[in-house]
Amino acid sequence: MKEVKIVSKRFDIEGINHIKKAIEHGAYSTIHKMFDKDPKTIVDEIDKSGLRGKGGGGAPTGAKWKLMLQDFKLPKVLVINCDENEPGTFKDRQIISKDPHLLIEGIILTSYAIGANDVYIYIRGEYHQWQNILQKACDEAYLQGYLGKNILGSKYRVDITICKGAGAYICGEKSALLESLEGKRGHPRLKPHQKEPEWYFGRPTLVNNVETIATVPFIVENGADAYKEYGTSKSPGSMLFAMSGHINNPGVYEAEFGTSMMEYIEYYGGGIKGGNLKGVIPGGASTPILNATEVAKAKLDYESIKELGSSLGTGGMIVMNDSVNMVEALKNLLEFYHHESCGQCTPCREGTAWVDEIVESMLRYSASYNSIEQLLQIGQTMNGKTICVFAPAVSGVIDGFVKKFRSEFEEYLRGVCNE
Amino acid sequence: MSFEFTKEELEYIEELSQRYPSPKALMLPLLWIIQNRLKHIPTEAFKAVADITKTSEAQVYGVVTFYTMFTLKPTAKYHIQLCKTLSCNLCGSKELLNLLKERFNLLPNQQNGDFQLTLVECLGSCGTAPVVQINNRLYENLTPAKLQKILEDFS
Ligand SMILES: Cc1cc2nc3c(=O)[nH]c(=O)nc-3n(C[C@H](O)[C@H](O)[C@H](O)COP(=O)(O)O)c2cc1C
Ligand code: SF4
Ligand code: FES
Repeated sequence: MKEVKIVSKRFDIEGINHIKKAIEHGAYSTIHKMFDKDPKTIVDEIDKSGLRGKGGGGAPTGAKWKLMLQDFKLPKVLVINCDENEPGTFKDRQIISKDPHLLIEGIILTSYAIGANDVYIYIRGEYHQWQNILQKACDEAYLQGYLGKNILGSKYRVDITICKGAGAYICGEKSALLESLEGKRGHPRLKPHQKEPEWYFGRPTLVNNVETIATVPFIVENGADAYKEYGTSKSPGSMLFAMSGHINNPGVYEAEFGTSMMEYIEYYGGGIKGGNLKGVIPGGASTPILNATEVAKAKLDYESIKELGSSLGTGGMIVMNDSVNMVEALKNLLEFYHHESCGQCTPCREGTAWVDEIVESMLRYSASYNSIEQLLQIGQTMNGKTICVFAPAVSGVIDGFVKKFRSEFEEYLRGVCNE
Repeated sequence: MSFEFTKEELEYIEELSQRYPSPKALMLPLLWIIQNRLKHIPTEAFKAVADITKTSEAQVYGVVTFYTMFTLKPTAKYHIQLCKTLSCNLCGSKELLNLLKERFNLLPNQQNGDFQLTLVECLGSCGTAPVVQINNRLYENLTPAKLQKILEDFS
């Protein structure tokens, strides 16, 4: 197993949250050289590196940044997505608690590259401890002249404001996040027909995940080719993957794309806890489950997981051993979706309630004989008919569980009258 | 009961308003100030928030009820938020729930003296499951015995 440390290189250093220590270990070195560079060369380098967003979608970062290079009437804005509430995902939290200055360095580089002076970090409301660490790190960076007016004596200004969410999963979706930042309910916006930036109070806005931005310093420092040395041709570089559930050493460990899932689970996770492997949800709760045969084939990159009918998502794996009742596991997730649907679209608002109810009635042995078909059918109705991809994701999750573990669902319908 | 922001709060709000392009953006920060001070958002406070953010009381109400961390009723002194989502569930959140029920007489969404239990969705700490958040502090890698000790130390 080849170990990679791009984002996690300083995670194990004691006291790295303090700026002096971080600087001793190389933090902010790219900022001193930043002003010699034309911002556009940084955008090009990121584009060339093939960096893909780590917030779940895997969109090419360079293409998003390029949209920001046009002329706009109003000032540009950079928003960092630290809402991190996809179940199974807890990697952004590691960056903030173990190397906050890496994120701030990435923010300064990114805002310089796209020409934004105002940066907002939207962090989930429950992350009190990490909000404090981040705020302290920002305060230190202001004192050292890396943030604020005239960074390092230049004419360049960057201001970071930390904004707290208040417990709504959907606010991780970038347009819902911006609605929330504008002081409203977190309702996702309709997607535009053409590629364009996001908008915050009518200002052109770039939204990137914490980990995406934390990868920027490495690429600026070492060049796109150095990043592409890791990973596969279509999924270059590395990612902070995470394991939770039935695993001996749960946690977050960096690995290059293309690493075998099983090897990762064995090497870093120390193997399955309490039994044999039954399934893995590969990239946060919204990605369809893989059964043990598929896990054996899976590689940790976007293309490989897609071929298996699921997606890499946030790289947060939820591992399950053979003691798990898959009907109960699905019920657990459906409760989550039922609670978190923002309620704008009827298929999603009603659908998440119905599927939750149907699986509940199965578990009570009071479901109707055709409830499996009903489940799949409601899933179909939720797919492709809503404002955001929340509802289609739920549909995929249901499909995965029901199709791969159908017999377990049928168990609950035994003896039910066929009328 | 009427509601007013304190002098210090107003100074902080003034400072904060410099950081945003519109007063509307102050909505969540203002609600957090109130929630932190009073442990809930009384309806009497809606007007003060609407005035500063240049919105209406109805809009404030809509926002408050959308976000689960804002509450219309005061939360108890110790607000226990037990994560029930999948990773915590696989790692024993049910045993924690049983302990809270049996030993501390706590049922979801109910208060009992200084304690209040809410079942919540994933707290972003699945690697150290099962977890419980009590007020602003997260407790990780819990077992029923550990949770019992934590709660007994409170009372
Ligand atoms: C329902 C839903 C929830 C999401 N939650 C998050 C989240 O918690 N954190 C995040 O960074 N991205 C989340 N995303 C993805 C964002 O919409 C967006 O793609 C991402 O922040 C862009 O940054 P990236 O390109 O750097 O990944 C979510 C998307 C959806 C549809
Ligand atoms: S799909 Fe669901 S979560 Fe997304 S906008 Fe529609 S109702 Fe809201
Ligand atoms: S499932 Fe409990 S913290 Fe994520």
